[in-house]
Amino acid sequence: MTVTPHAVEAFDLDAAWALAPQVAIRPEPFGALAYHFGTRRLSFLKTPTLRSLVESLAAYPSGRAACLAVGIASEELPQYARSLSVLAGTSMIIRRETP
Amino acid sequence: MSVAVAPARLVDHFEAGLDAPICLTWELTYACNLACVHCLSSSGRRDPRELSTEECKSIIDELQRMQVFYVNIGGGEPTVRRDFWEVLDYATAHDVGVKFSTNGSRITPAIAERLAAADYVDVQISLDGASAEVNDRVRGAGSYATAIRAMERMHASGFRGFKVSVVMTRENVSQLDAFKAIADRFEAQLRITRLRPSGRGADVWAELHPTQQQQGELYQWLLAHGEGVLTGDSLFHLSAYGQSLPGLNLCGAGRVVCLIDPVGDVYACPFAIHDAFLAGNVRAPGGFAKVWRESELFTQLRRPQSPGVCGSCTHYDSCRGGCMAAKFFTGLPLDGPDPECVLGHGEHALAVRHGSTLPRPQADHSRRRPPDRACDEDPVTVFLRVSAPSRAS
Ligand code: SF4
Ligand code: SF4
Repeated sequence: MTVTPHAVEAFDLDAAWALAPQVAIRPEPFGALAYHFGTRRLSFLKTPTLRSLVESLAAYPSGRAACLAVGIASEELPQYARSLSVLAGTSMIIRRETP
Repeated sequence: MSVAVAPARLVDHFEAGLDAPICLTWELTYACNLACVHCLSSSGRRDPRELSTEECKSIIDELQRMQVFYVNIGGGEPTVRRDFWEVLDYATAHDVGVKFSTNGSRITPAIAERLAAADYVDVQISLDGASAEVNDRVRGAGSYATAIRAMERMHASGFRGFKVSVVMTRENVSQLDAFKAIADRFEAQLRITRLRPSGRGADVWAELHPTQQQQGELYQWLLAHGEGVLTGDSLFHLSAYGQSLPGLNLCGAGRVVCLIDPVGDVYACPFAIHDAFLAGNVRAPGGFAKVWRESELFTQLRRPQSPGVCGSCTHYDSCRGGCMAAKFFTGLPLDGPDPECVLGHGEHALAVRHGSTLPRPQADHSRRRPPDRACDEDPVTVFLRVSAPSRAS
């Protein structure tokens, strides 16, 4: 159940993203559990906002647009970009072909 | 290990319990063809009240509804059940991934192929010595060869990243590098866990649990090799040496962890098979979800617990007093130090503990006589005979 991100790289907020098809989200009071059935990895999404963000990604043309839509303030953007980067590094979220 | 955004303390959420377990162990049967001296579930004979195939499937339906993403299936030897594959296929078809533990005796080349082809299935092969000599003393004659053969077959089938699962004992801490080499050889992942005084382990714990010095070695080894070695979060009491080990670092019993046993009894933790930790049965109305969410025991475990004398320890935040089951079965108070407290407080508590009767593990399905025992000179009997709760030295 331990997720070891390979590398937290700069995250491309302007690309289009989506939750990977093999990932399921279980809401919890602190946020959510995200489980990838293929890699058998479990991640903890530590805030409800991060959960909404991850679930919204597929509906927006870019990561940035999804962040705005779920109410992430611009000063919080770097934080959330880091979280998304970790999730991308563990294949929880994937790039999708633009809009 | 987790995705941090706000500095919220996940551990607080976990201690208060989640809507569904994160780490659910399901022991499908008490039947086993081995008789390991430290078996946590005292397995051997099948229980006639075992859950039927249909009952297993309805538990899986429930787990799917609760979004329990995966279960750890064990036993006994789960593959001994005739409907094992049916249950496994049903689970993976219903969004419940399976990791199952096996002694490897039934991993034929054909089964290895089948496992390699299955999505959502992970396999854990138990090995308690990196040499036949050390392993077979604990797991029985021939069991080392059996496990290695199973690993060879798994590897040959193309299964990558299966787990080689080792319970750390006084006899094998010195073999850590050798275990790692075995796992690497089969492109598998090493998983090391703590020996708890549970099931038959209670009889051998005093003689087999790592010494204080070995605990230090184990900790150092984990710091050096932590990446890529799993611990099932079982060694968090070692965090008190200084640095937190990766993982949740808390006792999850009844909060994020539980056990469903072969007859449907739900216990707070697979290492706590005792009436004191029995929360209910899945056969009762409301099923597993009701036990998980409403049972008196789990409700009580999710309330803030008194840290007792550990409260004044500077390491309490990372160690949290250690393992409830280890304390219980060694006769120590639950709100005090772990018997293997790295500061030595457990040793002291064991020395001065009151009363001569320790709580005995229950639901004992041990065979009357261990199988595969060539003669009474087999070293296994040395361990089996030692049932007095003598203090570890
Ligand atoms: S009782 Fe021990 S083995 Fe069980 S969850 Fe707590 S720490 Fe882990
Ligand atoms: S005194 Fe308690 S909290 Fe401190 S290291 Fe020992 S068991 Fe852990």
